[in-house]
Amino acid sequence: MDVFLQQLVNGLSIGSVYALIALGYTMVYGVLRLINFAHSEVFMVGSYVSFFSAQWLGFDAKQPAAFGYGRALLVLVLAMAASALLGVAIERFAYRPLRHARRMTPLITAIGVSILLQNLGILIFGPNPRPFPMIIPEQRYELGGVVVTNIKLLIFVVSAVLMVGLTYLVQKTWTGKAMRAVSTNLNAAKLMGISPNRVIAMTFVIGSALAAAGGILFGLDQAKIEPLMGVLVGLKAFVAAVLGGIGNIAGAAAGGLLIGVAEQLTAGYISADYRDAITFAILIGVLLVKPEGMFGSSKIEKV
Amino acid sequence: MRWPLRIAIAVGLLILYWGVGYVLEDNIIEYVIRIVLFCGINAILAAGLNLINGTTGQFSIGHAGFMAVGAYTAAWTVMQLELALYGGRTDLALYEVAIVFLPALGLGGLMAALAGVVVGVPSLHLRGDYLAIVTLGFGEIIRLIFNNWPALGGALGYSGDRPLGLSVHTNFFWVASVATLVITLIANFTYSSYGRALESIRDDEIAAEAAGIPTTRFKVLAFVISAASAGVAGGLFAHLQSSIQPNDFKFDKSIDMVVMIILGGLGSVSGAVLGAFFVGLTLELTRDLSEYRLIAYALVLILLMLFRPQGLLGTREVRIWGART
Repeated sequence: MDVFLQQLVNGLSIGSVYALIALGYTMVYGVLRLINFAHSEVFMVGSYVSFFSAQWLGFDAKQPAAFGYGRALLVLVLAMAASALLGVAIERFAYRPLRHARRMTPLITAIGVSILLQNLGILIFGPNPRPFPMIIPEQRYELGGVVVTNIKLLIFVVSAVLMVGLTYLVQKTWTGKAMRAVSTNLNAAKLMGISPNRVIAMTFVIGSALAAAGGILFGLDQAKIEPLMGVLVGLKAFVAAVLGGIGNIAGAAAGGLLIGVAEQLTAGYISADYRDAITFAILIGVLLVKPEGMFGSSKIEKV
Repeated sequence: MRWPLRIAIAVGLLILYWGVGYVLEDNIIEYVIRIVLFCGINAILAAGLNLINGTTGQFSIGHAGFMAVGAYTAAWTVMQLELALYGGRTDLALYEVAIVFLPALGLGGLMAALAGVVVGVPSLHLRGDYLAIVTLGFGEIIRLIFNNWPALGGALGYSGDRPLGLSVHTNFFWVASVATLVITLIANFTYSSYGRALESIRDDEIAAEAAGIPTTRFKVLAFVISAASAGVAGGLFAHLQSSIQPNDFKFDKSIDMVVMIILGGLGSVSGAVLGAFFVGLTLELTRDLSEYRLIAYALVLILLMLFRPQGLLGTREVRIWGART
């Protein structure tokens, strides 16, 4: 029982990181019908930007005393801004010129951008993992045999706040309304005076900023970051988006938590080696049984 | 072409390849031969991948996984057959090699095809780009499985059940013969009525379905053939050296293949083969710059898609024999 609860806590914490990244996949898929392969590298870059800005602001992995919530928040904001810029640039130069091309063409550029960023990452940041600075000093609490750290709590809370904020943005603001309009029908939205370019750019800004937040939280959780960290995390986040129903924001959040819990339970009860394989099994299962996902609705295609 | 003529051509080619291989072995340094062999194996991989990515328009970026399945299956089969039939002797005659090598390559292709069914059916019964992400996951997971499979050597790799390691069977004769066979089969398939059905799926899936083409079945068929040819190529690759490691089949390898077919023009069989040779040669010539290789590939992918999305050759074929329709 203790193992179960402990893995549940770990799973919810890492799962909320997956959820943050899954939101970016699902939003971009919603407006462009494109699997944005570069998203996992935006997450990686966000993580590295937070690493360097934390260093610049005087945080130190070995010296947990030198912390401050204000500066920690500044790290978050810097990383989110940098990633948002990167996301928009990718959209502008790699996807926008191909918006009317055959569907496979932007998919290939997406894969290309992803490989490019991975290998630039290796070249610039070095191939070895780096210890992530503890921008929040770790405290451990024991609740009846289950260890909860303030970092795991923080990850969960920050993700929840960001997701609530996103829901507000999408449901209650004009920008959100325009985004929903474009994802329902791009041409009809255009006729209503919505500028698709601006809305799509906005989608990339938001999705990439959320990925950067995920990047910091992931760094805090795993205590190290590396240039290829995006590959598996991105895959899991995408599976989370499909599981929740691609294009569906609440679904992506729920899917992320589920994937996180599933992989931690696999690690706890079966073998840590197969932690990553379970995600793949879930993906195959979902595509076979319920490809529209938990919350998605299947659409009839009109010609 | 009539059957007697086909058989005559096939026998003629076999003798030719054997003769060329015999001459090469004595006169050219091993390094050059290895590059040629790698190019030949690449050609099989590219022709196979082109069938699904180019002709059918369904994107797979995990073909290294099928190659790994074929490589491990073939290596294991050859090892078991050699121990059973020849008691581990190493001085095998050509016909003795054929007895163990051909079934092993076939079995490697078959296992890769089975893996293709497992991956293809769930992802291809849907419209959309699910195949890309599922094959990406498959390529990672299959490596994980071989990494954790003690009987196949785990992370250290498989070198058979004897200190000598795997037998090095793959030579010019085998690569040239198998490549000719596989590429001819794929070319004939591409330019049959099946191939036209696949092209219609690429161009407009909904219209293809409306025209009565069972799209799921055709997509899965193309994918399985493609996976099988990657498996056969894997079997040849495995017997180039005395052991295979899970890391021989990393994501990079899948990307190499994608670059080959995109350079050659998505949908052109001869283009894929040319792309395979081009990539094989550049890989060797730029070995010192290997850390920049993937960066260059990524730029090639992005820039080609932006400025020449049909690839360098498009769907045109280079015809060296005029008779093909």
